[in-house]
Amino acid sequence: MRKIAIYGKGGIGKSTTTQNVVAGLVEMEKTVMVVGCDPKGDSTRLLLGGLAQKSVLDTLREEGEDIVLDDVLKPGFLSSWCVESGGPEPGVGCAGRGIITSINLLEQLGAYEEDKELDYVFYDVLGDVVCGGFAMPIREGKSDEIYIVVSGEMMAMYAANNICKGIVKFAEAGGVRLGGLICNSRNVDNEQAMIEALAAKLGTQLIHFVPRDNVVQRAEINRKTVIEYDPTVEQADHYRQLAKKIEENEMFVIPEVLSVEELEELLITHGILN
Amino acid sequence: MLLRHTTDKIQERKALVVNPAKTCQPIGAMYAALGIHRCLPHSHGSQGCCSYHRSTLTRHYREPIMAATSSFTEGSSVFGGQANLLESISNIFTVYDPDIIAVHTTCLSETIGDDIAQIIAKAQADGKIPEGKSVIHANTPSYVGSHVTGFANMVKNMVMYFSKSSDLKREQINIIPGWVEPADMREMKRLTTAMGIKTVLFPDTSDVLDAPQTGRHQFYPKGGVTIPQLQTSGDSKATISLGEFTSLPAAKALDAKCKVPFHSLDIPIGLTATDRFIQTLHDVTGAAVPDEITDERGKMVDIITDMQQYFYGKRVALAGDPDQLIPLTEFLVTLGMQPVYIVTGTPGKRFEERMSEILTDAVPDAKCKQAGDMFLLHQWIKQESVDLLIGNTYGKYIARDEDIPFIRFGFPILDRVGHSYLPNVGYAGGIRLLEKLLNAILDRQDSMSLEESFELVM
Repeated sequence: MRKIAIYGKGGIGKSTTTQNVVAGLVEMEKTVMVVGCDPKGDSTRLLLGGLAQKSVLDTLREEGEDIVLDDVLKPGFLSSWCVESGGPEPGVGCAGRGIITSINLLEQLGAYEEDKELDYVFYDVLGDVVCGGFAMPIREGKSDEIYIVVSGEMMAMYAANNICKGIVKFAEAGGVRLGGLICNSRNVDNEQAMIEALAAKLGTQLIHFVPRDNVVQRAEINRKTVIEYDPTVEQADHYRQLAKKIEENEMFVIPEVLSVEELEELLITHGILN
Repeated sequence: MLLRHTTDKIQERKALVVNPAKTCQPIGAMYAALGIHRCLPHSHGSQGCCSYHRSTLTRHYREPIMAATSSFTEGSSVFGGQANLLESISNIFTVYDPDIIAVHTTCLSETIGDDIAQIIAKAQADGKIPEGKSVIHANTPSYVGSHVTGFANMVKNMVMYFSKSSDLKREQINIIPGWVEPADMREMKRLTTAMGIKTVLFPDTSDVLDAPQTGRHQFYPKGGVTIPQLQTSGDSKATISLGEFTSLPAAKALDAKCKVPFHSLDIPIGLTATDRFIQTLHDVTGAAVPDEITDERGKMVDIITDMQQYFYGKRVALAGDPDQLIPLTEFLVTLGMQPVYIVTGTPGKRFEERMSEILTDAVPDAKCKQAGDMFLLHQWIKQESVDLLIGNTYGKYIARDEDIPFIRFGFPILDRVGHSYLPNVGYAGGIRLLEKLLNAILDRQDSMSLEESFELVM
């Protein structure tokens, strides 16, 4: 079982990309569990066809610690399984602690046991690694591979570099490694070259460049992944390619974090000057 | 030799405290809250915090300390403690019927960021606070400051919640006594009454934590400042705040909110600090100092002059809280003693500034440390010993290992009685302190003297 965490700046398209890649993997007859670690609980909407199930923490709040796995783990598109960790309302409580509680509970309940015959677990994590709780999916061997979703925008690259700092910290203690950057294109000038350069500096790869296509939005409105919504479009093939590249990936590194100056230099060289 | 691993070699430490000279913020907030009449302190956090804070106060006062808790679960730490606090407020007023609930936070509820003022407002809006009852709060994260900070925060919020100014100015003054014992608050009231001055003293734990054994348990003893009294504090002529660390924030808040001018003094421990206290009472109110008080002062001065030779030059080490240590050190200097080592666990540069004012001329090589610990004090003593150690009960380990006479003073005192019943403040408290100092010094001299120099008259 490969355990993969997807990180990236808020709004970059982590949830969309994750679910579309998972659709590609299940099409390849893999069994995949997606653990949504966003308090909004919208990380599995496209695989489930809507915000269907109760989150782990809602269930914990309502029923105490007496939870059965079936209450929170729901079958999604093909052989995908979906669970949302959930969390507090905006502005109250501690979402970070929520992720810790939720992942511990899933382990206790046996969500990762062999009888589930999972090929992959994907953790889809909220925004930046703002506190210890949001680092939970990369702690203590919870996941072994990380992919960062990024675009050619400065702040997205800045966030990606910041996330790498977190990875370095945990990579030294545990086994977690960076598998690559996924570029979710924003049609920024010279975007692919810039992300390739960033990847090179970080010591990793641009594993796939996903172009921008409005079919993604149309599929989302219909609560579906692109592969389910219209398997014939070119965008569906991009997600299939990304799924295949992840399946075949062999490049796992501890990233080399960039200084702010290096990062800005990269932007000047590839972005503005061209 | 329970502390046999302590050496005289002092190494710079950045992230390690050994045998701290401070404790949690909520203990101070809980103690302050008990100084309000019919108040139930409430700890907003997990159960263990509340148990520890209650038991520390119970051990010091040997009285049952009542307090409630929000009893956080895993769920409360994720979703926030609002539901628990609302339920608590409802249950407490139904079951225990206090006049006021004083909520303080804990590290957990502070870290997840519970907004207590908003929760109290919601409890009010939902009708969970009965007519005529109050809920107040103070933020008390223990990773900031110390128990002293927690006390100061709760006292300040008594002002923020209750003090009001009306057109009616009252012939009364406020006294914010600082963190002192119930007996000390009682003594301050005795002095002001003797001078014919009407006061609002808050908090006031006398008749709460030194209540008599009557054979019947009183859930809310008769003492404590009442809410109507607190409300009138905004109409007082002036505020005398005792102790910069514990009382000054409340005095400043009262000045800012209700324009009541304040005089910031030290807690009246020792001769000169008490002189300043009495003088300020006279200056502010014009009240004459009665013979009763003048005579007490004379008696104190008499003891000091009679026994001067035993005090002179004695080296003393002290550990405790800033507001007590400042006037106590000044008193020791008055007596001709040498307070050479002083630590407080409470952080605050002001402590070292005040100490250096007091010690520069009298004890130029004195060592003083804020945010220090008992381990450092012990190391200093190992380097060059002292004749006397003054501190809370935790000091007894050092006193035993180093064979030094020991006087219990401060918080907590877990192994002796008397501190809650007999004052340390004022001239009467000064006489008690002199007696303690002399007993320790003279008992030592008796036990150490050779047969041929064993004195009958001392």
